[in-house]
Amino acid sequence: MINVSKIKKGIVIDHIEANCGYKIFSQLGLDKLDDVVVLMRNVPSRKMGIKDLIKIETDIELDFTILGLIDPNVTINYVEDGILKKKEQLTLPKMIEGILECKNPVCITKHQKIDDIKFYLVNEKTKEYRCEYCDTKTSL
Amino acid sequence: MFKGRHLIEPDGFTVAELEEIFRLADSIIDTPDTYSEKCKNKLLASLFYEPSTRTKFSFDAAMLRLGGQVIGFSDPNTSSAAKGETLKDTIITISNYVDIAVVRHPLEGTAKLMAKHSLVPIINAGDGGHQHPTQTLTDLLTIRYYKKTLNNHCIAVCGDLKFGRTIHSLVKAMSRYEGTKFIFVSPEELQIPSYIKEYLDPSCYEETNSLDDAIEKADVLYMSRVQRERFVSEYEYQRLKDYFILTHEKMKKAKDDMIVMHPLPRINEISDEIDTDKRAVYFQQAKFGMYVRMALILKLLGLE
Ligand SMILES: [Zn+2]
Repeated sequence: MINVSKIKKGIVIDHIEANCGYKIFSQLGLDKLDDVVVLMRNVPSRKMGIKDLIKIETDIELDFTILGLIDPNVTINYVEDGILKKKEQLTLPKMIEGILECKNPVCITKHQKIDDIKFYLVNEKTKEYRCEYCDTKTSL
Repeated sequence: MFKGRHLIEPDGFTVAELEEIFRLADSIIDTPDTYSEKCKNKLLASLFYEPSTRTKFSFDAAMLRLGGQVIGFSDPNTSSAAKGETLKDTIITISNYVDIAVVRHPLEGTAKLMAKHSLVPIINAGDGGHQHPTQTLTDLLTIRYYKKTLNNHCIAVCGDLKFGRTIHSLVKAMSRYEGTKFIFVSPEELQIPSYIKEYLDPSCYEETNSLDDAIEKADVLYMSRVQRERFVSEYEYQRLKDYFILTHEKMKKAKDDMIVMHPLPRINEISDEIDTDKRAVYFQQAKFGMYVRMALILKLLGLE
């Protein structure tokens, strides 16, 4: 296995479903960071068989809302001085703004330019969200 | 407190708040003259982006009977929409002129969008197939007027239960009252959707395709339009239509104090011979629609 050194300060996104790593990488806009970012794919995992993993060596705060939507099973590890400071389990966000798009062709949001459309979680299992305008259910 | 609020969806108000509106409506029905100048110097904008004469007249009449005035349009081609102005800009501008606005639009969610940007209360008068809350208020006031309470009624709803927005809102609204039972009467093709049934306790409703079966038990019979277009063939339509057409013969089985409601306009689901039956209240229902809109306007303007 390729050896990727431990990070001193930053974030490790662990337990990413295999093949979802790149999707998360791009959705989080990690390609725009100047910091060291490592995307590892198909890493052997006891729990999952294989998994993807992302290490980010950075000081900046990242918004992980979108992560809960793509893969709610990931773990986020915050590392400081080379040791694990905080482990965070993701949940589906109760409300998301500006990521989803309404699927209803006669929804007003499809016909007028509206910023920051809110979607509210209605079903954790199916990851369905409700459009705040027309109540139509939508998922990513 | 109602002042400054919007009415976008039927459950926008609590049961207690609805009761407050209905009590004001009672008072308006009893002594309409005492309300005839309540909205003096108040202006209502009536913004109809699709024609609906019936609804527009009901709101206009309500405002005029309160002594207020109405400006607006009922044809989108004459409005600023035709010039490409966004709805957001339109409502910001108009709400600077008026005290309250009524919006009808073919697209779903429009009233909500307008409410976000309006400086004055917005009343949703129908946003496509989505919501039409004042129809629901009308229905509730009508039931309450004839039945004296909104609790413990058996409500048979008949017709197109699949696509009927009015029916869906009524069912959701009535399910908030104690002891409500529903009988859903429809051909299989037009059954009430499961997402509406999700609101209900399974012991609170039954489903049938025969109006004859339902009519004996009903305290309220709510009829609705069944459109020919909903059927795959003319043959299917002809085969099923008798099941959900209300006739004199069927009315014989109904309780003496049952009421027959219909959001109007009807096509042929209630035969004219029923009109003179004292249990037929669908024309009065339209009048209650005006009264409840009067009460709503007064509340949202903070005048009562
Ligand atoms: Zn929508």
